[in-house]
Amino acid sequence: MANAVRERPAAIEAVPVRHLGRWVAAVVVLAIAAEIVYTLATAPNLRWSVVGHYLTHRLILQGIVTTLQLTVLAMLIGIVGGVVVAVMRLSPNPVVSSVSWFYVWFFRGTPVLVQIFFWYNLATVLPYIGFGIPFTTIHWQASTNSLIAPFMAATLGLGFNEAAYMAEIVRAGIISVEHGQTEAAQALGMTRLLVMRRIVLPQAMRVIIPPTGNETISMLKTSSLAFVASVPELFTRSQQIASATFEVIELAIVASIWYLAMTSILTVGQYYLERYFARGSQRGLPPTPIQRFRRMLFTFHAPPPAPLEPPVSVAGHH
Amino acid sequence: MVKAEEVHKSFGRLEVLRGIDLEVAPKEVMCMIGPSGSGKSTFLRCINHLEKIDCGRLSVDGELVGYKERGGKLYELPDAEVCKKRSEIGMVFQRFNLFPHKTALENVIEAPMRVKKESRAVAVERARKLLERVGLAEKVDVYPNQLSGGQQQRVAIARALAMQPKLMLFDEPTSALDPELVGDVLDVMRGLADDGMTMVVVTHEMGFAREVGDSLVFMDGGVIVEAGKPRDVLANPQQERTRAFLSKVL
Repeated sequence: MANAVRERPAAIEAVPVRHLGRWVAAVVVLAIAAEIVYTLATAPNLRWSVVGHYLTHRLILQGIVTTLQLTVLAMLIGIVGGVVVAVMRLSPNPVVSSVSWFYVWFFRGTPVLVQIFFWYNLATVLPYIGFGIPFTTIHWQASTNSLIAPFMAATLGLGFNEAAYMAEIVRAGIISVEHGQTEAAQALGMTRLLVMRRIVLPQAMRVIIPPTGNETISMLKTSSLAFVASVPELFTRSQQIASATFEVIELAIVASIWYLAMTSILTVGQYYLERYFARGSQRGLPPTPIQRFRRMLFTFHAPPPAPLEPPVSVAGHH
Repeated sequence: MVKAEEVHKSFGRLEVLRGIDLEVAPKEVMCMIGPSGSGKSTFLRCINHLEKIDCGRLSVDGELVGYKERGGKLYELPDAEVCKKRSEIGMVFQRFNLFPHKTALENVIEAPMRVKKESRAVAVERARKLLERVGLAEKVDVYPNQLSGGQQQRVAIARALAMQPKLMLFDEPTSALDPELVGDVLDVMRGLADDGMTMVVVTHEMGFAREVGDSLVFMDGGVIVEAGKPRDVLANPQQERTRAFLSKVL
C-alpha cells in the first residue's frame, strides 16, 4: 500500500440548529390530546368501570379465539388460493388464465360483506349441494345448512375474497423476478411449473411477504364482518352483550382495545419477518420497532443520526 | 451437430435473422462475431428453442429444433420434449443468471436432481468435481452475491456442464466481466474445447476466437457476411464490411 494508514481526524462537533417548530407542534398536539382524554374520562354517561369489567369477560375472550381462528383460516385460503390464481394467470393456456382473470374480477369486484352474506344464505336457494359424475352411479349430496355453517360461510367469504387480492400480490412478486432467471432454468431443461416452484416463487417471496403481513392485519379487523353471519367472534360477542345491557359505546371500546392489541402484536411480528427476508440483500436491515422509537426520540432535537446499525457489508469486495 | 438452412426470425416487424446457413461439426468450436444487433445472440437462442424460428430449418444432432417431421409434415413438439431437448444443450449467459437464493453447489445440482432425477449423492459428487475443474472447489457453499463476476460465470459453466450436454452455447460469456477476470473464464472454455466439447461461442474476444476457434462467422444485419478459418478471416477479410468491423475492434 502506497499511503501510510493515517489516524482519523476527530468527529465534527458543532452547535445543532434549533428546531423551534418541533416544540410548537409538540405543545399544540399535547394540548389537544389532553383535551380529548379529559373529555372522554369525565363524560358522565361513559362508564369506564364497565369497560374494565367486560375487558376480560368470558364471552369476549371466546370471541377473541373465534376471531383468531377466522383470521388464520381465511388467510390460509387466501394465500394458497392467491398463489394458485396468480400462477394460473401467468399460464400460457388461455382457458386457465381467463378463469384466473375472471376469478379476480368477480371476487375483487363485489363487497366482501355481500360475499359472506351470500354463503350464509345459500341454503335458502340451494337446499342441497352435491356432485356426481354423469353416466355413472357415483353421486353424493348433503344439505347446504349442514355443510356451510355460519363459521364456514364467513371463512369462505373472507378467504375467497382474500385470494383475489393475494393473487395480485403474488403476481407482482413473480413479475419482479428477473426474466433471466426463467431463461436460465428453461435452458437447463426445467419445465414451466418446475421453474415456477423452484426458481421464481422462492425469489418472489421477498416482495410478497411485506404486503401479506399487511393483509393479515387487515383481515383481523375485516373478520368482524362475520357479524352478519352470526359467527360469535369478538365484535359479535361485544354487540350481543351491548344489546342486553345497552352499554353500546363501552363494549365498542372493549372490542377496539382488543383489536388494537392484536394488530399491534402482528405489526411487531411483521417487522421481524421483513428483517428475516431482507437478509442476504445488500441493503441495511429495516429497523426494529424499538430502534425506530429510539431514533424518533433522538431526532426530536438533533440532526438525523447515523444509522444505529452499520449496513450489511457488501460481499465480494476485496 | 448443428445445421441451419435459411433460418429467419422476426420480432414484430423487425427481421433479426434474414437467412442463416451454417453447419457446426461435432467437436468443432465455432465463434460468432459481429456488431450488436446483428442477430448472433438471437441465433444462439434459437438453437435451444428459447426463440422460435419463423422459416427455414434448424436441427441439432440430426433432429429438428422444436418440431418433429413425419410424412413430410411438421408437428410441434410438446413442452415436455422441448424441455428434454434443452436439457441436452448447455447455455451460458452474458449476465450469468445464477440462482441467487442457492449456493454454488445447489445451483449446479438443481437441474440434475430435478430434471434428470439423479440422486443427491450422484449429483453432488459430479458437482464437486465440476466446481473443482473450474477452480472453485473452496466456494462450494457460497452464495452468488458473494462471488466475483468471473467466479459466478465459472459456476454458471459448471451448472451447464452438470447436465452432461452434447453441445454448449456461450452468449457473450465475458462481456459483463472486469478485464482482469476474463482470463479465468476463457481458460475454462479453452479446457472444454481441448476435451472435445462442441461449442458455439458468441464473443468479442478475438484472441480466443483465433486460438481456440475452429471456425469463425462474422454476422451483420441478420446475415452471415463472411465465414472461414479464424486466422484467415481475421488476418485477411474478404468483405468490406468485415474489414470495417475488424479495424474498429482489433
